[in-house]
Amino acid sequence: MHLTALLLSRLQFAFTISFHIIFPSFSIGIAAWLTVVEALYLATGRPAYRQVFEFWLKIFGVVFGLGVVSGIVMAFQFGTNWSELSRVSGPIQGVLLSYETFTAFALEASFFGILLFGRSRVAPWFYLFSTAMVALGTSFSAFWIMINNSWMQSPVGYVVENGTYVPTDWAAIVFSPVVWVRFPHMLLASYLTGAFCVAATGAWYLLRGEFTTEGRIMLRMGLYLAAILVPVQLFFGHLTGDYVHDRQPIKFAAIEGRWHDEQPASEVLIGLPDPASETDRYAISIPILGSLIGSMSFDSKEVGLADFPPQDRPPVAIPFFSFRIMVGCGLVMLLLAWVGSYLNFRQRLERNRLLLWLTFLSFPLPFIAILTGWFTAEVGRQPWTVYGVLRTADAVTPFLTTRAASISLLVFCAVYSFIFVFGTYYVHRLLRDGPVGPLVLPPSAAIPNRPMSVVTKVLAPSPQPFAAGE
Amino acid sequence: MVLYWVFVLAVATLLYVLLDGFDLGVGMLFGLTRDEARRRAMLSAVAPVWDGNETWLVVVGVVLWGAFPIVYATLLSAFYLPLLVMLAGLILRGVAFEFRDKTERLRWVWDACFAGGSLFAAFIQGMTVGALVEGLPFDNGRYVGGMFGWFSPFAVLCGFGLCLGYALLGACWLVRKCEADVRDTAYRQIPFLSLGLLVFLIVVFAFALVEDLPVMGRWLQRPYLLVFPAIGVLAAIVLATNVWRRRDGPPIYMVATIFAAAFATLAISFWPYMIPFAITINEAAAPHSSLAFMFWGEGLFIFPLMLIYTAISLSVFRGKVASATAHY
Repeated sequence: MHLTALLLSRLQFAFTISFHIIFPSFSIGIAAWLTVVEALYLATGRPAYRQVFEFWLKIFGVVFGLGVVSGIVMAFQFGTNWSELSRVSGPIQGVLLSYETFTAFALEASFFGILLFGRSRVAPWFYLFSTAMVALGTSFSAFWIMINNSWMQSPVGYVVENGTYVPTDWAAIVFSPVVWVRFPHMLLASYLTGAFCVAATGAWYLLRGEFTTEGRIMLRMGLYLAAILVPVQLFFGHLTGDYVHDRQPIKFAAIEGRWHDEQPASEVLIGLPDPASETDRYAISIPILGSLIGSMSFDSKEVGLADFPPQDRPPVAIPFFSFRIMVGCGLVMLLLAWVGSYLNFRQRLERNRLLLWLTFLSFPLPFIAILTGWFTAEVGRQPWTVYGVLRTADAVTPFLTTRAASISLLVFCAVYSFIFVFGTYYVHRLLRDGPVGPLVLPPSAAIPNRPMSVVTKVLAPSPQPFAAGE
Repeated sequence: MVLYWVFVLAVATLLYVLLDGFDLGVGMLFGLTRDEARRRAMLSAVAPVWDGNETWLVVVGVVLWGAFPIVYATLLSAFYLPLLVMLAGLILRGVAFEFRDKTERLRWVWDACFAGGSLFAAFIQGMTVGALVEGLPFDNGRYVGGMFGWFSPFAVLCGFGLCLGYALLGACWLVRKCEADVRDTAYRQIPFLSLGLLVFLIVVFAFALVEDLPVMGRWLQRPYLLVFPAIGVLAAIVLATNVWRRRDGPPIYMVATIFAAAFATLAISFWPYMIPFAITINEAAAPHSSLAFMFWGEGLFIFPLMLIYTAISLSVFRGKVASATAHY
């Protein structure tokens, strides 16, 4: 494949945004989880809840910090690589993202400080309130981002004037039905990320036979929450599919791997989409199911990719496979959550080391599901940046050279790998050390806008033991 | 409505320059010392506030995009490579704050990231301003300079100039926040930095005269603009007396005043252009429906809240930082 500035910019955007989304989805989930645990602590007064809270707060600090750092790049990247898009859609997208920055700044910055260092200075109910406000702030952030992305998927409430998109109806943009299907889908995905990370950590401690009180709380709450949320998530996933079916028929056909019109349509479970012959090779399909999924009927006609000219189709294989991986992860999570919850209910989970191991190893699943879900949504929208309005090829900075784009891609890859390796290493060290240590650790120099500082004191080895060991 | 957003943008930009100016400056001065105790004291002088300071950069970015999309699209794409360097610098110096404490053997890597990242970020910002003053190549309202349209000796000169300016801000911050030898070193650095800055200003002025930059024309048309350089000179005199008498508090305010005067001078001599002599504020402004939607939510309520919050977080960490030895 020939490397052009366009392709390199697309790779760079895909890389930086995929890197970024890992952290916010985790921190949205953990913020909500912290709120629940703090409420339980207030209600029951059990010290174990407090231990669990303090422990996850430390991890939240590191992950939140990495999310902030990688988010700064996103605020600039639209302008540097996609100047045509920013010029014509700034009156809508720029405004939405400015709301994201302002609301997130206001809520997270104000209450995060109380969360980290204010436990002894405010009333318990206010501390709980602050935790909830931080959770709300992270959700607000996701809310504006989802409005922004949903507008790119299904642009509404605007007219084109002098080559730019002028908003005419903000209510239509903010309360678009697409937003209210996709925002819960993303929010639930974040909650599930939190639930599985918590459950996996709990399973790990139980397997090691350490911190069993805390581990039991984490495992039980994580699995129960997931058992309830996964089915809801599958339902919202289905609603998301409905909007794609109605508004983005090409993307829907690509996801389904359907090349030609069918009535009634079959559902390709798995296969290898072949654009040259416009068929799926080695396909395993079920008759009629395609119509049932697409239109809830037994004899509806479902459109195929061949109805559209090749230059209007996305690269079929990516949405086709990433969608199946996402759904696969979802089903495995459903099975794990239900079996685990049932066994836990019957008090048999802790003796079942196989299931503990499976739960422990399940923590990458929600991340994979989120990434592949976004691949499906974003690659499936191609060749459009703003669906049906602005082609990706026309959105890129016109004078961007291949050399400059290669340099920036390489620099971002290097810098991100560098900080990712260190960040992951510290999170791993925190998880391995477990919920230990004194309860309140407010480092004197630490502050609200510097979340990672909460771990400094805990991790920094004091020089004495080193000296003694030598 | 347009004016309101110009005002917000100006406030956010000035706040960014002043706030991140001193902590980038401290970052550069950090590179000049090898002593671990001093380095720790310098770090703790900025550690509590640097992240909040940098948030203003993001605020500038998104306000620019929402309220003045053409300017956002043009400037960010025109300064593609410099911005890449700046972002990489800011990321690396940001994580260096947290990561240098967690290793002994590799500490020099993070120290290099911290000082180098600060230096590069400051240099790029100065260069950007220089390129804007000199004027970017435009044709029919479209940028035509390509990947290196910003490059010129004048822009590079301004890059060095801002490094000096930020270092001066940083030195004054250290004087205010630190004690003992960190403070004394900073006091010794201030005269050199001020002198360097003065030389820079003279060279820039001469350069502008020789090259007959369009900005000069504005100065001759609008002599009342001289009031701002006059404020700057006044502040410089007060700065000198305070440094002479070793009074720790005031210098940072004086340098901030000089920066604000320079900022006002530039802003007003650009007026009514947003990208000098190519795109005016009114040409760049987003449609009324966008500006109004921004105004009734974030503009009217959240922006004042953010200003208050910044003031509070700075006042919470007022006073001298604790002695560096106590930390270890």
